[in-house]
Amino acid sequence: MSDIDWFLLGLALAIAAIGVVEIYSTTLHSPLAGQHKRQIYWILLSCVLALVASRLDYHMVLEQTPWLYGGSVLLLAGLLVAGHSIAGTRRWLQLGPMSFQVSEIVKLIIILVVAAYFADRRTKAVTWGDLVKLGIFAGIPAVLVALEPDLGTALTFIPIVAAGVLFAGIRFQHIAVLCLAGILALPVGWHFLRPYQRERLMTFVHPRQNTQTSSYQVTQTKIAIGSGGFWGKGLGNGTQSRLGFIPVSHADSIFAAFAEEQGFVGTLLVLLLYFALLLRLLDGAQMAPDRAGAFLLIGLAAVLFFQVVLNTGMMIGVLPITGVPLPLMSQGGSSLLCTFLGLGLAMSVRARRYVN
Amino acid sequence: MEVRFPSDERPPAWKVAFLQYVIAASFLVLLVGYWRLQIGQHRLYLDLAERNRIRNLPVIAPRGRILDRDGRVLADNFPAFSVQLMRESVADLSPERVAGIARGLQLDPEELRGTLQRTASLPRFQPVLLKQAATLEDISFVESHRVEYPELELIQVQQRLYPKQQVAAALLGYVGEIPEEMIAKLGSSYRPGDVVGKFGVEAQYNRILSGRDGMRRVVVNSRGQEVGLLSTINALPGNDLRLTIDLDLQMAAEASLGDQAGAVVALDPRTGEVLVMVSHPSFDPNDFAKRIDPKEWNELMSDPMKPLMNKSIQAQLAPGSVFKIVMAAAVLETGTVTPDYIVNCAGAVTIYGHLYHDWVFGKRPVHGAVNIHKAIRESCDVFFYTMGKMLGIDKIVYFARGLGLGARTGIDLPSEAPGLIPSPEWVQRVFKHKWYAGETISVAIGQGSVAVTPVQVAHTIGGVAMGGVFRQPHVAFQDQLRALGEDPPDISPRAFPLSEDTIAALKSGMWAVVNEGGGTGGAARCPEIEISGKTGTAQVVSQTLEQSAKSSEYKSTAWFVGYAPTDKPEIVVAALVIRGEHSAVAVPIARDVIKAYFDKKLGPKPPDNQMETQARVLSQLRPAIPPKQLQPASNGY
Repeated sequence: MSDIDWFLLGLALAIAAIGVVEIYSTTLHSPLAGQHKRQIYWILLSCVLALVASRLDYHMVLEQTPWLYGGSVLLLAGLLVAGHSIAGTRRWLQLGPMSFQVSEIVKLIIILVVAAYFADRRTKAVTWGDLVKLGIFAGIPAVLVALEPDLGTALTFIPIVAAGVLFAGIRFQHIAVLCLAGILALPVGWHFLRPYQRERLMTFVHPRQNTQTSSYQVTQTKIAIGSGGFWGKGLGNGTQSRLGFIPVSHADSIFAAFAEEQGFVGTLLVLLLYFALLLRLLDGAQMAPDRAGAFLLIGLAAVLFFQVVLNTGMMIGVLPITGVPLPLMSQGGSSLLCTFLGLGLAMSVRARRYVN
Repeated sequence: MEVRFPSDERPPAWKVAFLQYVIAASFLVLLVGYWRLQIGQHRLYLDLAERNRIRNLPVIAPRGRILDRDGRVLADNFPAFSVQLMRESVADLSPERVAGIARGLQLDPEELRGTLQRTASLPRFQPVLLKQAATLEDISFVESHRVEYPELELIQVQQRLYPKQQVAAALLGYVGEIPEEMIAKLGSSYRPGDVVGKFGVEAQYNRILSGRDGMRRVVVNSRGQEVGLLSTINALPGNDLRLTIDLDLQMAAEASLGDQAGAVVALDPRTGEVLVMVSHPSFDPNDFAKRIDPKEWNELMSDPMKPLMNKSIQAQLAPGSVFKIVMAAAVLETGTVTPDYIVNCAGAVTIYGHLYHDWVFGKRPVHGAVNIHKAIRESCDVFFYTMGKMLGIDKIVYFARGLGLGARTGIDLPSEAPGLIPSPEWVQRVFKHKWYAGETISVAIGQGSVAVTPVQVAHTIGGVAMGGVFRQPHVAFQDQLRALGEDPPDISPRAFPLSEDTIAALKSGMWAVVNEGGGTGGAARCPEIEISGKTGTAQVVSQTLEQSAKSSEYKSTAWFVGYAPTDKPEIVVAALVIRGEHSAVAVPIARDVIKAYFDKKLGPKPPDNQMETQARVLSQLRPAIPPKQLQPASNGY
């Protein structure tokens, strides 16, 4: 049992527990009351699966990557064709009584793809061929997810590939060309955005306009966070979340509700927990027995880092609003399960570390 | 396996370190961001959060009622809703939103924009009144668009109701949204949208009538729905105000004047209490209580007969022969002539080389030998032309002003007009020429530039009937004002020295007007009631023009002022009919009011009038009580 990274698991459980408390507080006396119990069940299930994953040899999992990848792409395509729509999006796979967000597991599979790809690439730097291949591997599911539409999750594939490429080694010319291409692609991308997505971006650029919709959201989350002050208003006393001024205060906006009730002290605590979690993952990457393990951990750290910064950043208006949940804290089983599965694999890598 | 995942190469340490720094730097930026919001701008955001969830809803205080002297309701309230804009709930009102609200509430978008601009500088927590007297459609619009327009709120208000509609409208006045210049006044506690009295009693006693609005601090959710109550400051209702008006007499006067344009004022000459104040054509003040629509307003404003004018105190017209009482008082008091001084009236007289006609000229037999009694009774112009010449303008002015004409009576109503008694100084000042002697002759019969208001006429004749003691007319009871903490105006009686002989001659003349054969006011005669009075027919243009032009615009003004009982007057009534053509149309109006007064006083007591019954019983049981206190029961006039 000493092989299990209790520290990593403890950090994850601590964050998840804080999430449960906040979900309880913000949904109390609302139609969503009781959501925290479902969250606890998901945490318990995820925890068990993470422990199981930590006992697996991650190499074995990586070998299944082609099958997993092919299956997930087919599933995403199938969802788009046949999936039933919830609130205008086709993100959910219905499994008996449970519904599951496929894009969350695809996130994990992209990590595996990148790790498997670089595991046997020993060149000093990636070639154009590598970039194109990876671009296609990640691009196909990304486009499918974006079509659901779920741009936020599609965006999370980018840091996974980017972190992988960075660690595999990349020439500065390549970076420059990619950046240029990205800038040139912006107008094209703008063309494909949906009206509400454009509005969110415009709101980020010009926060004073559009007060009633997306900038209204930012204004309200900022009011929630700012009014929390140093010590916070106390559990269950967050007027902004309780009176419905913050949309989805139990899910994507949970951090605003948390910051309102627990103040800067709470904010600092949770950000420190995330920081420790990420450093622990990077620490594991450095001690990984092989490139595959290292890339797996780096991919996982990259995606978690990206989501945490994006989510907490958009709450205070320093980043544009995208529908990205806060990993481990936001209510929602799919995200929770996949994050814990990833952490399980991370523990599996750490268990096989070099010990001098 | 080992081939696919070779373990010989580990990620370079600098890259891991680089990533660690990136993460650390990002978290530091985040922490700084949260620090600035939660520590730096905590106060600001706490304030915003409070405003988000707390709404200060005004609780509108009902306005005090206006009652007649017997407590019957002249102005009341009924509950209604107004639509208010809670500007805290919305950061910015885009033009589309404003247009949407205007559409939903059926408001003029331009007007709504104007309202918003005017109120832009007010504190955001103050609601802005968008629509008074919300209709059912407005209410359902607000209720069904809580999500789209959370900034709209329905507030229960007390809408003014005038149950008698057009009755005494000019006296009562009307209420409306407070004008901006009143808000701008230093120390004003009013807010835009507040309802204040704008005219008549409503304006004069606004301080008494208006209460103090309360406030409800409520918690609302993001959809503007109330979810809790924090505190309530109760509204302080305004005080009821009892007027000296007697609704029974008022109704009689309204009915008697009917469709004719004019005014009726009845005073109690013993106290100055206004019993009746009618001004026709009238208007319905209920239309002002809700926002009056522009078309109706324009109609009222462009009506040549000026319905919004209180003619009782604002119509300035030549008194015609009513002025002869002033002339008679002047000649007798100055000793210019004795009561038996005779002037021979041949239907016209030449003075200063100009021929002055008597009103009988060409219509009736001439007056012949006329003394002052007959001159008053038959309203002989030639007699008073002669008196005018003998007196001179200065003495006429002195007595006219002394008896209360050409100056505001000081009645407790806004915008009283002063009228005018022309004098040489006035002509010099205004027209820059010397006084023409001929003008004195016109003034002598109440023509020329002489202008008086109905209330002045009633006040003057009432004072003469009381033996030279003039009581200031007023519509609110002094002791009531004092009880309500208001400083009542000084209404102590004013005496003008007139000898008893003069008074007797004037009163006997006015008695003859009604009760002797040949009197011009014979139509006022009334069984059981001894009425005295004086008629007046004032030309508005020269007689020739009046006869040639058929247009009613040039018809003469008809006056009658009467009082009763002759010995100890209790009521004096001035009736004015504009374009009445002849004083005969005004006489019955005054008579009707006087008759109504005595019918009420002497007739079968209404069962609720216990005070008077008690008084009568008391007077029979205890004759020691001075009869003055038992006035209502005394029949001795």
